[in-house]
Amino acid sequence: MTIFYVLLVFVIIAALVAVETKNLLSAVICIGAVGFGASLLFLFLRAPDIAITQIVVEVLGLVILIRATISRDKTFITGDREFFAVVVSVVIVFVILLAGVHVFQTLPDFGKPAFAVAAESDRLPAPASQKYIKDGLKDTGAANLVASVILDYRAYDTLGEATVLFTSIIGATVIMRRKSRKLLEEPEI
Amino acid sequence: MPYALCFLLFMIGVYCAVVKKNMVKIVIGILIMEYAVNMFLIMLGYRAGGVAPVIGRNMNMPEFVNSSVDPLPQALVLTAIVISLGSLALIISICIRTYEKYGTFDITKIRRLKG
Amino acid sequence: MKGMTVIVKTISSWIKVLIFLFGIYIIFFGHLTPGGGFSGGVILASSYVLLMLAFGREFAQENLSLGVASKLDCVGALLFIAVALCGLLYGAAGFFLNFIYQKLEIGQEFNLVSAGTIPLSNIAIGLKVGASLFLIVLVLSMFRPEISAPEKE
Repeated sequence: MTIFYVLLVFVIIAALVAVETKNLLSAVICIGAVGFGASLLFLFLRAPDIAITQIVVEVLGLVILIRATISRDKTFITGDREFFAVVVSVVIVFVILLAGVHVFQTLPDFGKPAFAVAAESDRLPAPASQKYIKDGLKDTGAANLVASVILDYRAYDTLGEATVLFTSIIGATVIMRRKSRKLLEEPEI
Repeated sequence: MPYALCFLLFMIGVYCAVVKKNMVKIVIGILIMEYAVNMFLIMLGYRAGGVAPVIGRNMNMPEFVNSSVDPLPQALVLTAIVISLGSLALIISICIRTYEKYGTFDITKIRRLKG
Repeated sequence: MKGMTVIVKTISSWIKVLIFLFGIYIIFFGHLTPGGGFSGGVILASSYVLLMLAFGREFAQENLSLGVASKLDCVGALLFIAVALCGLLYGAAGFFLNFIYQKLEIGQEFNLVSAGTIPLSNIAIGLKVGASLFLIVLVLSMFRPEISAPEKE
């Protein structure tokens, strides 16, 4: 259990450095450290699918961030801070943090998943995860239960995700398009 | 207690996205928020001393049903991670176009609407 | 966008083949071991991004050009929809039905050929995600040399 706390403290320190530093290159590298710590955390939380996806996606995200921003000759942030705005926002964030910690007392303890609590009690309806674990191999024939959930039981969500990814890539390609001047001048001849 | 640390990470991302003036720092704040939410969802389905939701060849089925972690949040977080990469690409392309038009990444200097 | 030194070019031309093969393995065995279409597709895209970073943008564009990548993207999406619509042959409630496993009963469990439409969907999604992400990295680096100074009108 202590490995979770060690990894979480590492991730929080890396996020603080990424937020406060003035050098853009250091901020992007610290985001890489946050993603790497998250991937290790997923491995210890018994989710190997997610760990593979997180580390590869984080590497590609780093390539996109560095390619787009660092080579623009603007690697240092200048300008002064406004002291009053920073103090007010820190106070508001602290108040929301205290309220959130109070809410987390109502969740079940860390280490007992929500569907186990729902399966044992009488007042709550039967959870869906219980059925997926018990009948997953029989209904779909796949040994990987996560693949059977995303491609057989909940395939609509995968269709929605494919649509969202398609649309965002089309949007990014359209924004970065540039017509040359010659193409606009030729029909006048 | 790990839930509170995850929420602290989310609030660090909120602070960065709200207070900072540089556009790239705002994008970094949004990324930190996405990482924190994915971690929180997987932590909800963790069972202490559990096994991963993959069935082996000669596995004892009742023992597996009693000791596996929740596969449903893992399925939802899997698509969320790939979607965050697509939205990062869209946000970065908007930032590049804005830099080309105004010459700066500072959001307080972008006030005129140029056609 | 220029490439890197000779050592980097030699090593990355060997490593790129291994990464591509590993990505195909993760996609094909997605129903037996952890992995699946999404992570396998991102690994495929990152093998081509490695080629682009080591050799320069023009070399990677000759290998897999802009038009081919966007057409592969569309082929992947259409294949996914086609697999879903084939289930409609078995009644009105058959959209996304796993008809190969439940109606046609092909294959046994724990083999490569099993679990019905799940490997086909994995291949379609892997193709789509890989082509999309390589396309976006190519577009982001293709329009960079034309951006030199801000327009002042």
